Amino acid sequence: MTDRMIVSATINGEPLEFLADQRDSLLEALRERIGLTGTKEGCNDGNCGACSVLMDGRLVNSCLVMAAEVEGADVTTVEGLATEDGLIPLQQAFLEEAALQCGICTPGFLVASKALLDANPNPTEYEARYWLAGNLCRCTGYDKIIRAVLKAAEA
Amino acid sequence: MVATDKPAYRVIGSRPVRPDGADKVTGRARYGADVLLPGMLYGRVLRSPHAHARIVRIDTSKAEALDGVRAVASWDDLPPKNWDELPNLGEGAAETRWMARNVFASDKALYKGHAIAAVCATDPHIAEDALGLIEVEYEVLPPLLDVREAMDPNAPLLHDDLYTTDLSGGGTSDEPTNIGKHLEFRSGDIEAGFEEADIVVDREFETSMAHQGYLEPHNGTAMWSEDGELTVWNSSQGPFVVREQLHMLLDLPLSKVKVVPMEIGGGFGGKIPVYMEPMAAILSKKTGRPVKMIMTRQEVLEATGPTSGTWVRAKIGATNDGRIVAAEIELAFEAGAFPGSPFSAGALCALGPYDIENQRVEGWDVCVNKPKVAAYRAPGAPATAFAVESVLDELAELLERDPIDLRLQNAAREGTRLSDGTPLPVVGNIEVMERVQGSEHYRSELQGENRGRGVAMGYWRNGGMETSAHAAINQDGTINLVVGTVDIGGLRATHSMQLAEALGLEYDDIRPQVVDTSAVGRSSVTGGSRSTFAAGWAMHELAQDLRTQLEARAAQIWGVERDEVSYGDDAVVRGPEAEDGSERSVSFKELAGQLYGSGGMIQARADVSPTTVGPAYAGHVVDVEVDPETGKVDILRYTAVQDVGKAIHPSYVEGQLQGGALQGIGMALTEEYFYDDDGVMRNSSLLDYRMPTALDTPMIDAVLVEVANPGHPYGVRGVGEVPIVPPLAAITNAIHAATGVRMQKLPASPRAVLNELLSEET
Repeated sequence: MTDRMIVSATINGEPLEFLADQRDSLLEALRERIGLTGTKEGCNDGNCGACSVLMDGRLVNSCLVMAAEVEGADVTTVEGLATEDGLIPLQQAFLEEAALQCGICTPGFLVASKALLDANPNPTEYEARYWLAGNLCRCTGYDKIIRAVLKAAEA
Repeated sequence: MVATDKPAYRVIGSRPVRPDGADKVTGRARYGADVLLPGMLYGRVLRSPHAHARIVRIDTSKAEALDGVRAVASWDDLPPKNWDELPNLGEGAAETRWMARNVFASDKALYKGHAIAAVCATDPHIAEDALGLIEVEYEVLPPLLDVREAMDPNAPLLHDDLYTTDLSGGGTSDEPTNIGKHLEFRSGDIEAGFEEADIVVDREFETSMAHQGYLEPHNGTAMWSEDGELTVWNSSQGPFVVREQLHMLLDLPLSKVKVVPMEIGGGFGGKIPVYMEPMAAILSKKTGRPVKMIMTRQEVLEATGPTSGTWVRAKIGATNDGRIVAAEIELAFEAGAFPGSPFSAGALCALGPYDIENQRVEGWDVCVNKPKVAAYRAPGAPATAFAVESVLDELAELLERDPIDLRLQNAAREGTRLSDGTPLPVVGNIEVMERVQGSEHYRSELQGENRGRGVAMGYWRNGGMETSAHAAINQDGTINLVVGTVDIGGLRATHSMQLAEALGLEYDDIRPQVVDTSAVGRSSVTGGSRSTFAAGWAMHELAQDLRTQLEARAAQIWGVERDEVSYGDDAVVRGPEAEDGSERSVSFKELAGQLYGSGGMIQARADVSPTTVGPAYAGHVVDVEVDPETGKVDILRYTAVQDVGKAIHPSYVEGQLQGGALQGIGMALTEEYFYDDDGVMRNSSLLDYRMPTALDTPMIDAVLVEVANPGHPYGVRGVGEVPIVPPLAAITNAIHAATGVRMQKLPASPRAVLNELLSEET
């Protein structure tokens, strides 16, 4: 048996206790222990941004955070973006601007873009590209993603 | 052919939100790696650290003894194979024997990362621990890494049972070799053609192996039930093709293999072959439990199928007035460890944009100790277009001609024969060239030091293949549409739009669903730029069938003759006037509500395999700036022009052009398989395998030219692949314009460009 531990955190606004292996990354715990599979694995070494989540409001690659590190933290994943009023402007803009093709990078882009707009509500195209350079997309050529983010900023 | 001159469409050409959109922006969409089943085990793979080695001994006893480990599998667990079976994978066939030996190494490991054994355990970390407990004894052999060295008759052999097959009718070689296939296209008189030429440019080009780079690693979850039924959940470009491979590799009847297509995180051709799916199946059979396997990114890069590294020689001759009179192309493509490179497609596409009377194209498919290549977006064409379009740029410069003018003078058109002798149908090659030439981008002045502009063309043949679908009318006038072709970039939307158009309904009236292999007829892969094209034919057939059935039902309800009733494009069914002079008409929605109780509900089925494919042409313009200090190339402006036939959903068509262009930019500037002398890839992470980021590109202007394909109900041509063909040469031609240097080996990384700049100076 491997070494398990109980971790207490707030995930998407809900207090949650979960059992994690000491070796689990936050990404592994979210996906395989908690069942929140919206956060995606693209590389598992911090180079693609698909696993982006907010930890206490800060943008992190969840593959580079140990599950044990989120003890007491507030974690927001893609599943926590929409509100009772429905999709947030970023999500709506991604749909209207056709900013996704396969959609595997989309959760990471949405979370990273949310962090961008939280920090800088009116980014220039260059600022958006710079901020999102840590998120790889292989389908879109980024054009429609950047347009969607800039459109959401206007909303 | 059906009419393509409809003045306007109601639904086609609009930009609705995709049916799977909400799920994909909320994290609810379920991809292959998201499968979680009760009692699920986790599998991992032990891979060869050597590029070429004989496997002397595998001892798994220590791994099997580890607490939590449930089973181990290797080559011996695969059932005996029927080596002669040839599955149709949609984008190139693969012989079963090579496919099996790629799933698990048999007597030899043939590339770094070749699978040796798989293990499953109750926890992913335990499975990983177990890999370190498997003992393998190797006899290391020297790796063969260079495509032309591997062609040498005295080169060591990867396989003692590989013989060269000559696709040009030359039979099979007598002796084993590293060359899987050979072909030659000849037309006209090549010697006379070069004699007629006033000017001849003859250059050699090389490209590195490059990966599709889909963000989602390969995955597969298998459950082999006690009653012998195997269910596999995974992300692939075609669940039926996965089913066929499992059927052959595991010797199971097709009816007993059910493949459930999960959402797929990119494929670009690379998610057609199976890798871990058969391993997971064997491990499930051994344990009676579902087994999930996911590749690491390193495994994706080292052990799935990138596209070939290539060597291409292009020799082209023209007269002083710009007429191209002869072209000779030679190409050798790395197949990786097993034969099957896209060399024949590369050969066919090399001269696709041009009408050249005298030509000779010869190619070789060559095994080396690298991963077995798979399809990658217009497989083979980017490398040969890189060579041809670079030489044409040089010819235009020497002849002092505008590069588009020279191409227009020699442009292929309807009736022009391709290198293999087949004549072109209606194509938009000339229209694309003219649109490039007339574009604001091309006509604008480029100012500034170290800046240059390049152009290049690309051709891709596109595909048809099988698509099956059925549609059931609901009593409220909506339709549930079931399809077997997976949706990677908006295909559900383009299915719905074409069916709505054909029935006179609204987009939102149709709800599409992609189903598993037990629920619809065999459908081929989403690939080959075929899916929206074939979908249009399937939706057209469904609509004709539904219209006919609805007409018959209305006739029955009204008590009139069947041929007195017709379904109009406004979705109203009309019959003859009633005896009291009143009009007999019923809307689709009203009639749908009357189906129940008047003979039952109505559904239709379509199984199509259209061959009236419309080839695709693209022309790209790019402005670059080259840093003379570092050799780094920045893209300043990019325009991608393409004949798309008819854009069903223009946003998704533009997205194909933009995404294809950026993958081509990656091939041109940064992406390469960097091997050391031992055949070990030294950049097997996404930090070091450098795919373009949002910061590496400007907006990519997508210009859609619509020359309708007369072989399609709505004029559609496939659009997905050809946009990756022009970027390589467009960029190196721009680098030449900026610096005077011609990059003949890709990628044109800062190091490579700087080396050329420095050697130019000395």
